[in-house]
Amino acid sequence: MSESIKNPNWLSRSLAWVDARIPWTNTLEKHATKYYAPKNFNVWYVFGVLASFILGLQLLTGLWLTMSYEPTSEGAFRSVEYIMREVDFGWLVRYLHSTGASAFFLVIYLHMFRGFAYGSYRKPRELIWLIGIAIYLVLMAEGFFGYLLPWGNMSFWGAQVIVSLVGAVPIFGPDLMEWVRGDFVMSGITLNRFFALHVFALPAALVGLVFVHIVALHHVGSNNPDGIEIKENKNEKGVPVDGIPFHPYYTVHDFVAVILFLIAFCAVVFYAPEMFGYFIEKPNFEIANSLKTPEHIAPVWYYTPFYAMLRAATFPLFGLDAKFWGLVVMAGAILIPAALPWLDRSPVKSIRYKGRISKFMLGLLVVSFIVLGYLGTIPPSPLATAIAQIGTMLYFSYFLLMPWYTRREKTKPVPERVTGGH
Amino acid sequence: MKSTFVGMVIITLICGVSLFGAETDWELEPMKPDLKDQDSLQRGLALYRDFCFGCHSLQYQRYEKTADDLGIPHDLMEEYVLVTGEPIGSYMSNSMSMEDAKKWFGAAPPDLTMVTRVRSPKWVYNFLQTFYIDESRPFGVNNKVFPNVAMPHALLPLQGVAIEECFGYQSLDVLLRDEVIEAAIREGTYEPEEYDQGFGRELNCPELKVIAGTGSMSEEEFEQATFDIVNFLHYMGDPSRQARMDLGKYVIGFLIVLLIFAYLLRREYWKDIPKPARSPAEHMPTEH
Repeated sequence: MSESIKNPNWLSRSLAWVDARIPWTNTLEKHATKYYAPKNFNVWYVFGVLASFILGLQLLTGLWLTMSYEPTSEGAFRSVEYIMREVDFGWLVRYLHSTGASAFFLVIYLHMFRGFAYGSYRKPRELIWLIGIAIYLVLMAEGFFGYLLPWGNMSFWGAQVIVSLVGAVPIFGPDLMEWVRGDFVMSGITLNRFFALHVFALPAALVGLVFVHIVALHHVGSNNPDGIEIKENKNEKGVPVDGIPFHPYYTVHDFVAVILFLIAFCAVVFYAPEMFGYFIEKPNFEIANSLKTPEHIAPVWYYTPFYAMLRAATFPLFGLDAKFWGLVVMAGAILIPAALPWLDRSPVKSIRYKGRISKFMLGLLVVSFIVLGYLGTIPPSPLATAIAQIGTMLYFSYFLLMPWYTRREKTKPVPERVTGGH
Repeated sequence: MKSTFVGMVIITLICGVSLFGAETDWELEPMKPDLKDQDSLQRGLALYRDFCFGCHSLQYQRYEKTADDLGIPHDLMEEYVLVTGEPIGSYMSNSMSMEDAKKWFGAAPPDLTMVTRVRSPKWVYNFLQTFYIDESRPFGVNNKVFPNVAMPHALLPLQGVAIEECFGYQSLDVLLRDEVIEAAIREGTYEPEEYDQGFGRELNCPELKVIAGTGSMSEEEFEQATFDIVNFLHYMGDPSRQARMDLGKYVIGFLIVLLIFAYLLRREYWKDIPKPARSPAEHMPTEH
C-alpha cells in the first residue's frame, strides 16, 4: 500500500478515490482475500457456492423467460410453447430454468446434510442455521408458485391440492383458501398472483436472506468437517493457523466444483430435461383442465418426502380431521430442523467424533427421507401408507430423541488442529 | 460412516423397486424414434395430413417452422399441406370447431402437438396399431392400449380390419367366427378344445389379427407408416430436440476442457498449502 502511495498510478488513484467513498477494498478483504476459511474443507463444502451459483442462474434465466411469458390463463401455456419453439434458444433458457429448480433443491439438500453431519448449526452459528431454514422455506414457496406458471395440467392440479391443504385449518380454512387463490376456484387470478410472487417478491426475499446468511457466516467464520473452531488457534498476526484466504484458494477450488456441477447439469439439460417425468411431469404437456384430473397427482420430487408425511396422517384426532393433522405433521417436519441447535447436546460438533447412535440416527434420517421421497411420488396404497408412517416416525425420532442420545453416547476425543481434506 | 450410509441407501432402493414394480396389461412393442431420418418425418407429416389433421390440430406450431425443420420448400408446403390458403406463418390448427367436435365424437379430439410427451412415442405407436373390431363400441372399434377410446380407427383403410384372437369365440362377430376358425385350421393352430369350450370361461384375447386383404398396406408397410407418424409427432413435441442434442456435445466437451485447466490452476495454487494431518491422532490434545 505504501508503495502505491509514493508512486500512485491511475488505477490505485481511482481505487483510493472509491475507497474514500465506499468500503470497496475493505469489503473484498473482509469477505474474500482476508476471509480465512479452514483448510480442511471436503467435498461437502462446495454446495453453498453451488447454491449461490444456481440462484444466479435462476435469476438470469427467469429474467429472460419473463420477457416472453404471458401470465394469463389464456396465454400462459401457449407462451411457454412459444418460448420452446420460436424464441431463439428459448428452449435452452426454459430447460436451464426448469432443470435449475431441481438442481437447486438437490444442492440445498446436500448443503443441509453437511450441516446435519458436521454440526454447522451449533454455537456460534445458530443464526446462520435459522436464516438458512428461512431460505429453505422461501425456496419451497418459490418453487411452488413457479410450478403453476406453465399452466399445464399437473401445474394446475398440484397447486389445487396444495392450496386445498390450507382448507384443512379449522374454522378459517375455507376463507383462507379463497384468500390464497383470490377466487372461488383456481383461476387466472391465482396464476397472476403466483406470477407476481414468483418473479418479484420471493426472489427479492431470497437474495436478501442469502446475503444475510453469508454476512452471518463471515462474521463467525466457517465450520469444518472436524467441527473445531480455527479462530481459537491464531498466529502472531492474528490469522488462524488452520485458515487460508478464501480468495484465491477457495475460489479456484470452487471453480472446479462449479465446472463439475455444470457438466452433470448440462447432461440433464441437453439430454434428459424432463428427467423421465421427475423434473417435468408428463401431464404438464397438456394445458390446465379443471375437468380432467390427472390419474395420479404428485408434487415435484423435491417436495415428495413432506407430501408422503402429509398423507401418512390417516386418522382424526381430538375431533379434528386427518387432513388437518397431515398439515401439522408436514409443517412440523419442515420446521423441526430449526430446533437443532438446541436439540443437540453432544460435547462434540462433528459426526466424525460423535458416537455410534448419532451415526446410526443420521443414516436412518437419510434413508427415511429417501424412502418418503419415493413414497410421495407413487399413488397411495395400504402398504405404502404403512411404510410412510414408519418413515415419518423415524424422521421425527432423529430430532426428538437427539437430546437423549447425544448426551448418552460416548464420543471420541476431538483433535486441536484440523485434519483430512485437501 | 460412509459404508453404513451407502449400504442403507442401496437396500432402500432395492426394496422400493421390488415392492412397487408396475405392471401393464398390454405389452407394448418397442419404438425408437429417429429424428435424423428426414424422409420418415416428411412421410409422417403427409400421413398426418391425410389421416389425423382433419380432427387433431397441432396448434402450438407454425407451418413455416415445420417446413423449415423438415427440409420442405415453402411452395411445396403451401401446395400440399396448407390447402386452406392460410399464410405459411399460421399455426397448424384445423377448421373443426370444438363445439362441433364434441357433438360428433362425444369428446373433442385433443390437440396432438405434444402427445408423445404426454404419453410416449412407444405408447402412441402401439395405440395406432391396436384398434380392433368391437361392435359394442359407438365407432365399431376398440383399442388395446387405450380401452374404450372415443375414436374411430382412422388408419383402417391402410391397416385393414383387425380382430381379437381369443380362446373361445363368443366375443367375435358371428360372421368372423368361421373365418377365424378356418384361418386357425389353415395355420395348423386349431385346437377344438380351446375354441369350442370357450363359453363360460374368462376370455383371453392375447393377440390381434388383421384379416388379409382388407387394408391397402402389408403388415410391414403399416408398421412403417405408424412409425413415420409417431416419429413426426415426436419431432412435433419438442422441435429443438435434435439441435439440443447436437449442441450438448460441444457444451459438455468445452466444459471438460475447461475442467482440465481449472484443475491445474487449483493444483498450482494449493501447492502452497501444507496438508493437514491425515488422522486426528496427530493432533490430539497433549497433557501440560
